[in-house]
Amino acid sequence: MKSKVIMDSETITRALSRIAHEILERNKGAKELRIIGIRRRGIHLARRLVDKIQELAGIKPPLGTLDITLYRDDFRRRTDWPSVQKTEIPFSVEDKNVILVDDVLYTGRTTRAAIEAIMDYGRPASIQLAVLVDRGGHRELPIQADYMGIKVMTIRTQKVDVLLKELDGRDEAIVLQLDSPNEAG
Amino acid sequence: MVFERKHILGLEELSSDEIRLILDTAESMKEVSERDVKKVPALKGVTVVNLFFEPSTRTRASFEIAEKRLSADVLNFTPTESSVVKGETLLDTARNLEAMGASVIVIRHAMSGAPWLLARELSSSIVNAGDGFHEHPSQALLDLFTVREVKKEISGLKIVIVGDVSHSRVARSNIWGFIKLGAEVRVVGPPTMIPRDIEKVDVRVYYDIEDALEGVDVVMMLRLQKERQESGLLPSLREYSRFYGLTRERLRLAKEDVIVMHPGPINRGVELSSEVADDVHSVILNQVSNGIAVRMAMLYLVASSGGNA
Repeated sequence: MKSKVIMDSETITRALSRIAHEILERNKGAKELRIIGIRRRGIHLARRLVDKIQELAGIKPPLGTLDITLYRDDFRRRTDWPSVQKTEIPFSVEDKNVILVDDVLYTGRTTRAAIEAIMDYGRPASIQLAVLVDRGGHRELPIQADYMGIKVMTIRTQKVDVLLKELDGRDEAIVLQLDSPNEAG
Repeated sequence: MVFERKHILGLEELSSDEIRLILDTAESMKEVSERDVKKVPALKGVTVVNLFFEPSTRTRASFEIAEKRLSADVLNFTPTESSVVKGETLLDTARNLEAMGASVIVIRHAMSGAPWLLARELSSSIVNAGDGFHEHPSQALLDLFTVREVKKEISGLKIVIVGDVSHSRVARSNIWGFIKLGAEVRVVGPPTMIPRDIEKVDVRVYYDIEDALEGVDVVMMLRLQKERQESGLLPSLREYSRFYGLTRERLRLAKEDVIVMHPGPINRGVELSSEVADDVHSVILNQVSNGIAVRMAMLYLVASSGGNA
């Protein structure tokens, strides 16, 4: 299996730092921000963004975690069903600017499910999407990232993996060439 | 871990890992029940039938709320208002419901084994909501969930089940569940109400409630069916209550942080005194609310399991 590194530890740190600046600029500070990471890797990216925003703005925006399993639209279409994990949103999203954080944006279906889930918690002023890697060209829904680390054009037989220190021991984004399109994720 | 079962029929056949997966999934479901909007779209388009051949208000209501919180389409089917009165067999009734598009059938039946019959003959997922004196998995799972929630870990706990163990599907399912998760299980009751071979499954039998309560972490009271008195198993309710009723004095023999459980409905003054039912050790109402989360987990897991595609 061929693989290519598209982001290393340094570029990931720099990208997150830039995204934190962009979030603060667009939302005019950190006061109304609520950061929600999508399980699993989005949570760790969200935590890093929260720390960065605190460093820059002096305010630590509340952090939530979201599991979208119960909102998926491919129920009964797959057999390797992931187990349902806990969602923890210990604050009100009402009239807040919610930043959804995920590692990779691909078809847009995960984001769609996450938006629906957030709406069940209240009516935010806005929902914005921050991703580390935006895989262009395969969107199945009209969804785009507001903040991104890197945009890459890939084909369906490729897979994008984000490795993070907290889970994998190192920071890296890689593109893998799969043998058959069925393995693409 | 992936849940591979198409049905949840009893605790006897579930592995400890499967039980833990159901309890873990129920924790996520509990979070849904604590939101303002208590609904997720997970079972949208799935038809669930509650097929109850025995009267039941709370279990059926709990299943119905669980189904609705998962966005399933719900049909309640009770024999008094159906063709069962006209002589249709259980299997024919169930096949008809399946032909109408039901893909999950929650069944309660007075005959032990009825859910297994449906599981073998139909293509729907079957959830046992209580069969005869045999099993009541959703009750045992919600009891396990409630104990785990309070005590954090089930392994190593001492549990005593008090009352009519012989005629209790709640007791049977709980015995399997607690043993599988590593607890020590005791049973206590009148000799007429303790099954003869129960020690074969590693349960300690007591006939004196005060001995049985010594040092336990959990007291699980069973509901006493008043008709047992008519069948001669009990001299009188008052005598039963004097020998096996749970009072505050007796509860002092247990650990200081003991919890008291009851599957409901309570006969106040028979199985337990009113003061025990309402005191700080009682988790009886927690059991009721946890029941919804646990049933959501059961329904979700059987409906999403690979075997059901």
